Amino acid sequence: MSFDDAYEALTDHDDDTRWAYGTGFSDPLAGVPTAVPDGVDPADLVAYCLMLGDDALVMSHRLQQWVTRAPELEDEMALANIGLDLLGQARLLLTRAGEVEGTGRDEDALAYLREPAAFRHVRLAERLDDDFAHLIARLLVFSTWRLALLDRLTTSRDPILAAIGAKGVKEATYHREYAAGWVVRLGDGTDVSHTRMRAAVDGVEPLAGELFEPHQVELRLAAAGVGVDPATLRTEYDDVLAEVHRVATLPPPPPLQEGTGGRDGVHGPELVEILTEMQELARANPGGVW
Amino acid sequence: MSDDIKHEWPLFEVFVRAKRGLNHVHVGSLRAADHEMALHHARDLYTRRNEGVSIWVVRSDDVVSSGPDDKDAFFAPSGDKVYRHPTYYSIPDSVPHI
Repeated sequence: MSFDDAYEALTDHDDDTRWAYGTGFSDPLAGVPTAVPDGVDPADLVAYCLMLGDDALVMSHRLQQWVTRAPELEDEMALANIGLDLLGQARLLLTRAGEVEGTGRDEDALAYLREPAAFRHVRLAERLDDDFAHLIARLLVFSTWRLALLDRLTTSRDPILAAIGAKGVKEATYHREYAAGWVVRLGDGTDVSHTRMRAAVDGVEPLAGELFEPHQVELRLAAAGVGVDPATLRTEYDDVLAEVHRVATLPPPPPLQEGTGGRDGVHGPELVEILTEMQELARANPGGVW
Repeated sequence: MSDDIKHEWPLFEVFVRAKRGLNHVHVGSLRAADHEMALHHARDLYTRRNEGVSIWVVRSDDVVSSGPDDKDAFFAPSGDKVYRHPTYYSIPDSVPHI
Protein backbone atom coordinates (compact mmCIF):
# COMPACT_ATOMS: atom_id res chain seq x y z
CA MET A 1 0.00 0.00 0.00
CA SER A 2 1.26 3.45 -0.87
CA PHE A 3 1.31 6.22 1.73
CA ASP A 4 1.92 9.11 -0.65
CA ASP A 5 -1.47 10.47 0.38
CA ALA A 6 -2.11 10.50 4.11
CA TYR A 7 -5.83 10.09 3.56
CA GLU A 8 -5.50 7.14 1.28
CA ALA A 9 -5.15 4.70 4.13
CA LEU A 10 -8.47 5.86 5.54
CA THR A 11 -10.52 5.15 2.43
CA ASP A 12 -11.48 1.59 1.71
CA HIS A 13 -10.45 1.14 -1.86
CA ASP A 14 -10.96 -2.57 -1.51
CA ASP A 15 -14.70 -2.47 -0.86
CA ASP A 16 -17.55 -0.77 -2.65
CA THR A 17 -18.73 1.45 0.17
CA ARG A 18 -17.20 4.63 -1.23
CA TRP A 19 -19.66 7.44 -0.84
CA ALA A 20 -21.95 8.80 -3.54
CA TYR A 21 -22.16 5.52 -5.39
CA GLY A 22 -25.27 4.15 -3.73
CA THR A 23 -23.56 1.07 -2.35
CA GLY A 24 -22.93 -0.41 1.07
CA PHE A 25 -26.57 -1.32 1.64
CA SER A 26 -27.67 -4.29 3.70
CA ASP A 27 -30.66 -6.60 3.64
CA PRO A 28 -32.47 -6.25 7.00
CA LEU A 29 -33.75 -9.83 6.74
CA ALA A 30 -30.46 -11.48 5.76
CA GLY A 31 -30.06 -14.75 7.63
CA VAL A 32 -33.27 -14.37 9.64
CA PRO A 33 -35.15 -17.66 10.11
CA THR A 34 -38.53 -17.67 8.38
CA ALA A 35 -40.43 -20.46 10.22
CA VAL A 36 -43.73 -19.48 11.86
CA PRO A 37 -43.21 -19.51 15.68
CA ASP A 38 -44.79 -22.33 17.73
CA GLY A 39 -48.34 -21.87 18.89
CA VAL A 40 -49.22 -19.26 16.27
CA ASP A 41 -52.05 -19.68 13.77
CA PRO A 42 -50.48 -18.86 10.38
CA ALA A 43 -53.73 -17.16 9.34
CA ASP A 44 -53.36 -14.76 12.27
CA LEU A 45 -49.79 -13.96 11.29
CA VAL A 46 -50.87 -13.31 7.68
CA ALA A 47 -53.65 -10.98 8.84
CA TYR A 48 -51.29 -9.16 11.20
CA CYS A 49 -48.65 -8.61 8.52
CA LEU A 50 -51.37 -7.29 6.19
CA MET A 51 -52.61 -4.86 8.86
CA LEU A 52 -49.20 -3.35 9.47
CA GLY A 53 -48.16 -3.65 5.83
CA ASP A 54 -51.31 -2.00 4.48
CA ASP A 55 -51.02 0.86 6.98
CA ALA A 56 -47.56 1.57 5.57
CA LEU A 57 -48.52 0.99 1.92
CA VAL A 58 -51.54 3.29 1.93
CA MET A 59 -49.84 5.98 4.02
CA SER A 60 -46.89 5.80 1.64
CA HIS A 61 -49.17 6.36 -1.33
CA ARG A 62 -50.70 9.42 0.25
CA LEU A 63 -47.20 10.78 0.89
CA GLN A 64 -46.24 10.10 -2.72
CA GLN A 65 -49.21 12.18 -3.83
CA TRP A 66 -47.53 15.18 -2.18
CA VAL A 67 -44.55 14.91 -4.51
CA THR A 68 -44.68 17.95 -6.86
CA ARG A 69 -47.20 19.57 -4.48
CA ALA A 70 -45.12 20.22 -1.35
CA PRO A 71 -44.58 23.84 -0.30
CA GLU A 72 -40.78 23.63 -0.70
CA LEU A 73 -38.47 21.44 -2.74
CA GLU A 74 -36.58 20.40 0.37
CA ASP A 75 -39.74 19.24 2.14
CA GLU A 76 -40.85 17.40 -0.94
CA MET A 77 -37.69 15.30 -0.66
CA ALA A 78 -38.36 14.73 3.02
CA LEU A 79 -41.91 13.54 2.33
CA ALA A 80 -40.73 11.31 -0.51
CA ASN A 81 -38.06 9.81 1.75
CA ILE A 82 -40.63 9.07 4.45
CA GLY A 83 -42.95 7.56 1.85
CA LEU A 84 -40.12 5.35 0.59
CA ASP A 85 -39.29 4.22 4.13
CA LEU A 86 -42.90 3.16 4.64
CA LEU A 87 -43.01 1.48 1.24
CA GLY A 88 -39.96 -0.52 2.26
CA GLN A 89 -41.70 -1.64 5.46
CA ALA A 90 -44.80 -2.51 3.46
CA ARG A 91 -42.79 -4.65 1.03
CA LEU A 92 -41.24 -6.70 3.83
CA LEU A 93 -44.57 -7.17 5.61
CA LEU A 94 -46.55 -8.08 2.48
CA THR A 95 -43.81 -10.47 1.40
CA ARG A 96 -43.97 -12.12 4.82
CA ALA A 97 -47.77 -12.32 4.59
CA GLY A 98 -47.53 -13.96 1.16
CA GLU A 99 -44.91 -16.49 2.25
CA VAL A 100 -46.79 -17.55 5.38
CA GLU A 101 -50.03 -17.74 3.41
CA GLY A 102 -48.32 -20.17 1.04
CA THR A 103 -50.56 -19.75 -1.98
CA GLY A 104 -47.93 -18.11 -4.14
CA ARG A 105 -48.97 -14.48 -3.72
CA ASP A 106 -45.98 -12.14 -3.54
CA GLU A 107 -45.77 -8.49 -2.47
CA ASP A 108 -46.87 -7.29 -5.90
CA ALA A 109 -49.90 -9.58 -6.00
CA LEU A 110 -50.94 -8.41 -2.55
CA ALA A 111 -50.42 -4.72 -3.27
CA TYR A 112 -51.75 -4.56 -6.80
CA LEU A 113 -54.36 -7.29 -7.13
CA ARG A 114 -56.42 -7.14 -3.93
CA GLU A 115 -59.87 -5.57 -3.82
CA PRO A 116 -60.57 -2.72 -1.35
CA ALA A 117 -62.36 -4.99 1.15
CA ALA A 118 -59.22 -7.14 1.47
CA PHE A 119 -57.12 -4.23 2.76
CA ARG A 120 -56.56 -4.12 6.52
CA HIS A 121 -55.28 -0.58 7.21
CA VAL A 122 -56.84 2.00 9.51
CA ARG A 123 -58.84 4.93 8.17
CA LEU A 124 -56.20 7.42 9.26
CA ALA A 125 -53.80 6.03 6.63
CA GLU A 126 -56.09 6.65 3.66
CA ARG A 127 -57.47 10.05 4.63
CA LEU A 128 -57.06 12.75 1.99
CA ASP A 129 -55.10 15.73 3.30
CA ASP A 130 -56.88 19.07 3.12
CA ASP A 131 -53.58 20.95 3.30
CA PHE A 132 -49.97 20.58 4.45
CA ALA A 133 -50.97 21.04 8.11
CA HIS A 134 -53.38 18.09 7.83
CA LEU A 135 -50.64 15.94 6.35
CA ILE A 136 -48.28 16.90 9.17
CA ALA A 137 -50.93 16.20 11.84
CA ARG A 138 -51.62 12.81 10.26
CA LEU A 139 -47.92 12.01 10.05
CA LEU A 140 -47.42 12.91 13.70
CA VAL A 141 -50.24 10.59 14.81
CA PHE A 142 -49.16 7.80 12.48
CA SER A 143 -45.44 7.92 13.24
CA THR A 144 -45.89 8.30 17.01
CA TRP A 145 -48.12 5.22 17.09
CA ARG A 146 -45.94 3.28 14.70
CA LEU A 147 -42.69 4.06 16.48
CA ALA A 148 -44.16 2.78 19.76
CA LEU A 149 -45.40 -0.34 17.95
CA LEU A 150 -42.18 -1.09 16.04
CA ASP A 151 -40.16 -0.59 19.22
CA ARG A 152 -42.13 -3.34 20.93
CA LEU A 153 -42.01 -5.58 17.86
CA THR A 154 -38.21 -5.76 18.18
CA THR A 155 -38.72 -8.33 20.95
CA SER A 156 -41.30 -10.36 19.01
CA ARG A 157 -40.93 -14.15 19.03
CA ASP A 158 -41.25 -13.98 15.25
CA PRO A 159 -37.71 -13.20 14.04
CA ILE A 160 -38.99 -11.56 10.84
CA LEU A 161 -41.27 -9.17 12.71
CA ALA A 162 -38.46 -8.44 15.15
CA ALA A 163 -36.11 -7.60 12.27
CA ILE A 164 -38.72 -5.41 10.58
CA GLY A 165 -39.24 -3.65 13.91
CA ALA A 166 -35.51 -3.04 14.35
CA LYS A 167 -35.24 -1.57 10.85
CA GLY A 168 -38.41 0.48 11.23
CA VAL A 169 -37.60 2.04 14.60
CA LYS A 170 -34.77 4.10 13.12
CA GLU A 171 -37.00 5.24 10.28
CA ALA A 172 -40.08 6.06 12.39
CA THR A 173 -37.95 7.99 14.86
CA TYR A 174 -37.05 10.39 12.08
CA HIS A 175 -40.62 10.52 10.74
CA ARG A 176 -41.91 11.52 14.17
CA GLU A 177 -39.19 14.11 14.60
CA TYR A 178 -39.97 15.62 11.21
CA ALA A 179 -43.72 15.76 11.89
CA ALA A 180 -43.35 17.10 15.43
CA GLY A 181 -40.97 19.78 14.20
CA TRP A 182 -43.52 21.05 11.70
CA VAL A 183 -46.43 20.92 14.17
CA VAL A 184 -44.40 23.10 16.53
CA ARG A 185 -43.25 25.40 13.73
CA LEU A 186 -46.78 25.97 12.46
CA GLY A 187 -48.54 25.90 15.83
CA ASP A 188 -46.10 28.36 17.37
CA GLY A 189 -45.81 30.40 14.18
CA THR A 190 -48.06 33.12 12.82
CA ASP A 191 -51.77 33.59 13.56
CA VAL A 192 -52.62 32.01 10.23
CA SER A 193 -50.35 29.00 10.67
CA HIS A 194 -51.59 28.49 14.24
CA THR A 195 -55.24 28.54 13.14
CA ARG A 196 -54.63 26.09 10.33
CA MET A 197 -52.49 23.75 12.44
CA ARG A 198 -55.18 23.75 15.11
CA ALA A 199 -57.87 22.92 12.57
CA ALA A 200 -55.69 20.09 11.29
CA VAL A 201 -55.09 18.43 14.67
CA ASP A 202 -58.78 18.80 15.53
CA GLY A 203 -59.73 17.12 12.28
CA VAL A 204 -57.12 14.36 12.24
CA GLU A 205 -56.23 13.34 15.79
CA PRO A 206 -59.65 11.87 16.70
CA LEU A 207 -59.07 9.26 13.97
CA ALA A 208 -56.26 7.82 16.10
CA GLY A 209 -58.87 5.96 18.16
CA GLU A 210 -58.88 3.09 15.68
CA LEU A 211 -55.12 2.60 16.13
CA PHE A 212 -55.52 1.64 19.77
CA GLU A 213 -58.58 -0.63 19.56
CA PRO A 214 -57.28 -4.19 19.84
CA HIS A 215 -58.40 -6.53 17.07
CA GLN A 216 -58.85 -10.21 17.93
CA VAL A 217 -55.84 -11.07 15.77
CA GLU A 218 -53.70 -8.55 17.64
CA LEU A 219 -54.82 -9.88 21.01
CA ARG A 220 -54.10 -13.51 20.10
CA LEU A 221 -50.66 -12.66 18.69
CA ALA A 222 -49.85 -10.43 21.66
CA ALA A 223 -50.70 -13.33 23.99
CA ALA A 224 -48.35 -15.53 21.95
CA GLY A 225 -45.51 -13.02 22.28
CA VAL A 226 -45.50 -12.32 18.55
CA GLY A 227 -47.67 -9.22 18.13
CA VAL A 228 -48.41 -6.11 20.18
CA ASP A 229 -51.66 -5.22 21.95
CA PRO A 230 -52.11 -1.66 20.62
CA ALA A 231 -53.88 -0.57 23.81
CA THR A 232 -50.51 -0.84 25.56
CA LEU A 233 -49.13 1.89 23.27
CA ARG A 234 -51.63 4.49 24.37
CA THR A 235 -49.67 5.95 27.29
CA GLU A 236 -46.58 6.63 25.20
CA TYR A 237 -48.73 8.09 22.44
CA ASP A 238 -50.63 10.38 24.80
CA ASP A 239 -47.42 11.60 26.42
CA VAL A 240 -45.79 12.46 23.09
CA LEU A 241 -48.87 14.19 21.67
CA ALA A 242 -49.41 16.20 24.85
CA GLU A 243 -45.80 17.39 24.83
CA VAL A 244 -45.87 18.34 21.13
CA HIS A 245 -49.13 20.25 21.64
CA ARG A 246 -47.67 22.05 24.65
CA VAL A 247 -44.55 23.18 22.81
CA ALA A 248 -46.63 24.09 19.75
CA THR A 249 -48.92 26.27 21.93
CA LEU A 250 -51.91 24.19 20.83
CA PRO A 251 -54.72 23.13 23.19
CA PRO A 252 -54.49 19.55 24.53
CA PRO A 253 -55.26 16.81 21.97
CA PRO A 254 -58.99 16.24 21.33
CA PRO A 255 -60.71 13.01 22.49
CA LEU A 256 -60.36 10.00 20.19
CA GLN A 257 -63.18 8.56 18.08
CA GLU A 258 -64.15 4.91 17.90
CA GLY A 259 -62.74 3.04 14.95
CA THR A 260 -64.50 2.34 11.68
CA GLY A 261 -63.50 -1.26 11.08
CA GLY A 262 -60.57 -0.72 8.75
CA ARG A 263 -58.84 -3.78 10.25
CA ASP A 264 -61.79 -5.86 9.00
CA GLY A 265 -61.77 -4.37 5.52
CA VAL A 266 -64.34 -1.59 5.97
CA HIS A 267 -63.08 1.41 4.01
CA GLY A 268 -64.43 4.58 2.48
CA PRO A 269 -64.49 5.80 -1.11
CA GLU A 270 -61.05 7.32 -0.56
CA LEU A 271 -59.46 3.88 -0.74
CA VAL A 272 -61.10 3.18 -4.10
CA GLU A 273 -59.55 6.38 -5.42
CA ILE A 274 -56.13 5.37 -4.04
CA LEU A 275 -56.25 1.84 -5.44
CA THR A 276 -57.46 3.00 -8.83
CA GLU A 277 -54.28 5.02 -9.09
CA MET A 278 -51.93 2.57 -7.36
CA GLN A 279 -53.09 -0.57 -9.16
CA GLU A 280 -53.79 0.82 -12.62
CA LEU A 281 -50.46 -0.02 -14.19
CA ALA A 282 -50.19 -3.51 -12.70
CA ARG A 283 -53.75 -4.42 -13.70
CA ALA A 284 -53.27 -3.10 -17.23
CA ASN A 285 -50.11 -5.20 -17.63
CA PRO A 286 -50.81 -8.58 -15.95
CA GLY A 287 -47.57 -10.28 -14.95
CA GLY A 288 -45.54 -7.25 -15.91
CA VAL A 289 -42.18 -6.81 -14.19
CA TRP A 290 -40.44 -3.52 -13.56
CA MET B 1 -43.63 44.41 10.31
CA SER B 2 -45.19 42.32 7.63
CA ASP B 3 -42.93 44.04 5.12
CA ASP B 4 -40.00 42.32 6.82
CA ILE B 5 -41.27 38.82 6.17
CA LYS B 6 -39.08 37.24 3.56
CA HIS B 7 -40.95 34.94 1.27
CA GLU B 8 -37.89 32.92 0.44
CA TRP B 9 -35.94 30.92 3.00
CA PRO B 10 -32.25 31.75 3.40
CA LEU B 11 -29.61 29.68 1.68
CA PHE B 12 -27.35 27.24 3.57
CA GLU B 13 -24.18 25.50 2.49
CA VAL B 14 -23.92 21.81 3.34
CA PHE B 15 -20.77 19.88 4.29
CA VAL B 16 -20.80 16.11 4.71
CA ARG B 17 -18.16 13.86 6.23
CA ALA B 18 -18.10 10.55 4.44
CA LYS B 19 -16.54 8.59 7.25
CA ARG B 20 -14.64 9.00 10.46
CA GLY B 21 -11.18 10.41 9.85
CA LEU B 22 -12.01 12.24 6.64
CA ASN B 23 -12.75 15.94 6.26
CA HIS B 24 -16.18 17.44 5.81
CA VAL B 25 -16.61 18.15 2.12
CA HIS B 26 -18.87 20.76 0.56
CA VAL B 27 -21.65 18.90 -1.24
CA GLY B 28 -24.14 21.61 -2.15
CA SER B 29 -26.65 24.05 -0.79
CA LEU B 30 -30.31 24.20 0.21
CA ARG B 31 -32.96 26.53 1.57
CA ALA B 32 -34.35 26.31 5.10
CA ALA B 33 -36.00 28.56 7.66
CA ASP B 34 -33.33 28.01 10.32
CA HIS B 35 -30.28 25.92 11.14
CA GLU B 36 -32.18 22.98 12.59
CA MET B 37 -34.38 22.69 9.54
CA ALA B 38 -31.31 23.03 7.34
CA LEU B 39 -29.75 20.05 9.10
CA HIS B 40 -32.87 17.97 8.52
CA HIS B 41 -33.08 19.01 4.91
CA ALA B 42 -29.41 18.23 4.41
CA ARG B 43 -30.04 14.75 5.75
CA ASP B 44 -32.90 14.31 3.31
CA LEU B 45 -31.15 15.78 0.28
CA TYR B 46 -27.52 14.78 0.63
CA THR B 47 -27.24 11.58 2.69
CA ARG B 48 -29.85 9.33 1.10
CA ARG B 49 -27.30 6.85 -0.22
CA ASN B 50 -25.00 6.20 2.72
CA GLU B 51 -22.87 9.22 1.94
CA GLY B 52 -22.15 10.42 5.40
CA VAL B 53 -21.66 10.10 9.14
CA SER B 54 -21.73 13.82 9.98
CA ILE B 55 -23.25 16.99 8.54
CA TRP B 56 -22.38 20.67 8.94
CA VAL B 57 -24.66 23.46 7.72
CA VAL B 58 -23.61 27.11 7.46
CA ARG B 59 -25.63 30.13 6.40
CA SER B 60 -24.34 31.03 2.95
CA ASP B 61 -24.23 34.73 3.81
CA ASP B 62 -21.94 33.88 6.74
CA VAL B 63 -19.33 32.52 4.36
CA VAL B 64 -16.61 35.04 3.59
CA SER B 65 -14.83 34.16 0.39
CA SER B 66 -11.99 35.49 -1.68
CA GLY B 67 -13.09 37.06 -4.93
CA PRO B 68 -11.81 36.45 -8.45
CA ASP B 69 -10.22 39.91 -8.45
CA ASP B 70 -8.04 38.93 -5.49
CA LYS B 71 -6.66 35.91 -7.26
CA ASP B 72 -3.25 37.31 -8.16
CA ALA B 73 -2.63 39.02 -4.84
CA PHE B 74 -3.79 35.98 -2.89
CA PHE B 75 -2.33 33.05 -4.70
CA ALA B 76 0.26 34.05 -7.28
CA PRO B 77 3.02 35.02 -4.78
CA SER B 78 3.35 31.41 -3.65
CA GLY B 79 4.08 30.26 -7.17
CA ASP B 80 7.84 30.91 -7.07
CA LYS B 81 8.56 29.97 -3.45
CA VAL B 82 9.74 26.49 -4.10
CA TYR B 83 11.47 26.35 -0.69
CA ARG B 84 8.04 26.13 0.92
CA HIS B 85 7.77 22.57 -0.33
CA PRO B 86 9.44 19.88 1.75
CA THR B 87 10.76 18.24 -1.40
CA TYR B 88 13.00 21.30 -1.95
CA TYR B 89 15.28 20.11 0.80
CA SER B 90 17.63 17.22 0.48
CA ILE B 91 17.66 14.87 3.44
CA PRO B 92 21.03 13.86 4.87
CA ASP B 93 21.61 10.12 4.88
CA SER B 94 22.09 10.23 8.64
CA VAL B 95 18.49 11.29 9.30
CA PRO B 96 16.39 8.15 9.82
CA HIS B 97 12.63 7.47 9.63
CA ILE B 98 11.78 9.85 6.81
